[in-house]
Order: sequence, then structure tokens, then C-alpha cells
Amino acid sequence: MWDWQYVFEILPELVRALKMTVSATLCGFAVACVGGLLLAAAVRSRYMFLRLAAKAVIGFIRNTPLLVQVFFLYYSLPVLADIKISAFAAGIIGLGLHYSTYLSEVYRSGIEAVPKGQWEAATALNFSKWRTWRNIVLPQALPPIIPVMGNYLIVMFKETPILSAITLVELLLTAKNLVSDTYRVFEPYTLVGILFLAISYPASLLVQRLEKRMNLPRGL
Amino acid sequence: MNCVNNMPNSWIDFLPTLLQGAEVTIKVAVFAGIVAVFMSFAAGLCKLSKLWPVRTISGIYVEIFRGTSLLVQLFWLYFALPFVGIQMPMMTAAVLAVGLNFGAYGSEIVRSSVLAVSKGQWEAALALNMTPTQRLVRVILPQAGMRMLPPFGNLMIELIKSTSLVYFITMADLTYQAMVLRNNYISWTPEILLLLLLSYLVISVLVSFGIRMLERKLTAGRV
Repeated sequence: MWDWQYVFEILPELVRALKMTVSATLCGFAVACVGGLLLAAAVRSRYMFLRLAAKAVIGFIRNTPLLVQVFFLYYSLPVLADIKISAFAAGIIGLGLHYSTYLSEVYRSGIEAVPKGQWEAATALNFSKWRTWRNIVLPQALPPIIPVMGNYLIVMFKETPILSAITLVELLLTAKNLVSDTYRVFEPYTLVGILFLAISYPASLLVQRLEKRMNLPRGL
Repeated sequence: MNCVNNMPNSWIDFLPTLLQGAEVTIKVAVFAGIVAVFMSFAAGLCKLSKLWPVRTISGIYVEIFRGTSLLVQLFWLYFALPFVGIQMPMMTAAVLAVGLNFGAYGSEIVRSSVLAVSKGQWEAALALNMTPTQRLVRVILPQAGMRMLPPFGNLMIELIKSTSLVYFITMADLTYQAMVLRNNYISWTPEILLLLLLSYLVISVLVSFGIRMLERKLTAGRV
């Protein structure tokens, strides 16, 4: 039933494909971190139009599936705007945009936790808006939300198989190709599951430890 | 192909096909939702059990289904399991994969909501000489249930969105029907995919509206 020789034969190829999965995750996460911060800032903007637009974008993206968004980016943009983007670019933009709406909520919670006095002190010191954000607000808002961001990084890692739908050759699509070459199904798909678990479970334990440490009082 | 002389005049012509797909999507979502809620309670309550084997088993279930991705689980149930002699229809595989996956996430909601009920409530139930089942069903769960409703609402929206993954095992859901339409009318790709996005938006918005109404009704008159 379970052929160890075959397992060792395909394992190197799967591990190589894991590199693609990891790089798509990291690039997508970078997009999400930047996009999330921009959305969070837009939601807090003085201009009502910007606020409403950001909320509409967040609502739309959060209520539609990532798979369909990725299809839209990959198949519609060439028709609509004559932009041809690679599967990898469409994949990380789609993944990044989708999770930027979730991360914007995380940023929001971090920013709201900064005491009001900090804003007032920055105003009293005649800091510019940019300097207030960069030197006062973000350095206090970001550290507490790092564990939550870590959790979203793990979630994004597990969502990458969706990108196989636009022919991004990551872990699952590699396994699928192996299956169609050899007609052995059980080992490749089981190995994919094990590989995902082997990365995401230790990572989630790490995040949990980080969370516990952050909850300790300062100076410990 | 007849699609050349049978070009659609407007996007309205796509709606009947998409509606057919929506029926499958909703069916999968409803059945998977039932499985997910059942598994959430089963695993969440088992995690609070006094017996360590029960806790361990539920812990393993939760970690396996949260640690691997839903699409991999779907492939495994539908494509890999038949090789060890377990074959199931497409619908069953889809419902099981989505339901078990979201049940693992939901179990944390159940566990934390039950733990959040104040200790005095447990003690009061004990003082009234209630059996463990009575304590749980009559005192704890009604209070924990209020807390569970909003996070379960979010979970259901995520569940509806992830039913689009059944497209991968060629189940004729909304996404699959739209992609078939796209294959036939390539030049209409943006319209078809936009309609598809809007269909999911409508379903999610309706469901979250329904859950908010339910919340309001159940919490009416409570503090």
C-alpha cells in the first residue's frame, strides 16, 4: 500500500516545490503587510470619501473567495487592460490583497491600543503627521500585534495551494503532476499534507510562545 | 461549437447557469456548515474533558485539520482515499472536507466560550444538585452560546467562501459553472468573473445579515 522507495524518489521534488510555496507565501505576506497598513490608514482618514472607499474595498474582498479573486486577476486583467501578468505575480497580488483586508483589522486594533495621550503629546511637540506615525504611533502599535501577524502568515501559507488553479507550480500542483506521471495517488497527496503540517504546526507553536512572552510585563 | 452563432447579448444570459451553480454551492455550504457546527461542539467539549485520551484525540483532530490546508484535505479525501479502498461520492467528500476543516477551527470558539462562562455559574449549578449533563445543557451552553454566535457567523462566511474549492474536484458549483461559461465565451471573461464575485458577495452578505438578526433576537432582553 505504502511504497517507501517511491516516497524517497518523489520527496526531493516535493521539497523543491516547497520553496515555491514558501516564496509565494512570503511575497504575498509582504504585499499584505503594506496593503493592510494602507487600508488601515485609509479607514482612519480625515476624508470621508477615502474612508468609505476603503471600507467598501475591505467588505468586497472579505466577502468573496480568494480563488475567484485570483481568477479575476489572472484571466480578466489581460482582457480588460491589456496587462499580461505571470501566474506568480497574479498569485501574490491576489493572496496579498485578500489578506491585507484581514491585516488592516489587526493594524487597527494595534493603533487603537495606543493611548490618546501619545497622539496629543506628538501634537504638542509640533510633530508632522508623518513623524507622528513613524516615531510615535507605529513603534507602539506594531510589537503587540506581531503574534497575530504570525498567525496570518501561517494561514496564508496554507492558502497557497489555491494558486495552483492559475498554474503556479507549488507543492500541490507538483504532487498532482507526479500523480499523473506515475498513477500512484496515495503517497504524493499524503506527503503534501505531512509537509504542510511539518511547517505550520511548529510555526504555530512558535507563535503561541511569542504570544505568551508578549503578555509578560515589560522588562522580564 | 454552437457558441459562435449563439453569442450572448448581455450578461443576463449567464444568470441561469450561475444560478444552477449557486444551488450546488449553497447545498455544500449548508451540509458542511452542519458538519462543522457538530464537530466544533464535539471537539470543543472533548477538549475540556477530564479524561486525557479524549482530550488528546480531539487535540490531534484539531491540529491535523488546522495544520494542513483545506484544498490538500479535499484532494486527499477525494483522490487519495480511494486507493486504500475508501471511495465516496463527490458531494460527500466536499461536505466532509469543508465540514471537518471548519469544525477544527470552530472547536476553539466552543472551548473558549465555555471557559468564559463565569465559575460561579458552574458552582451554582452544582449547588442545585444538577447532573453534569444538566449543568452543561441548561446552564453553561445557553450562556456560552451567546458568546459563540458572532465568531460562528464569521466562520460561516469563511466556510461559504471556501466552498469555491470544490471546483478543483470538478463539482459543478458556482465557480465551476462560471469557468465553463468562460471557456465558451472567452471574450466575456471579465463580465463572467465579475458576476461570479458578485454572486458570492450576495450570498455572504445575506448570510451575515441573517446571523445578525438571529443575534439580535436571541440577545433581546439580556444584558
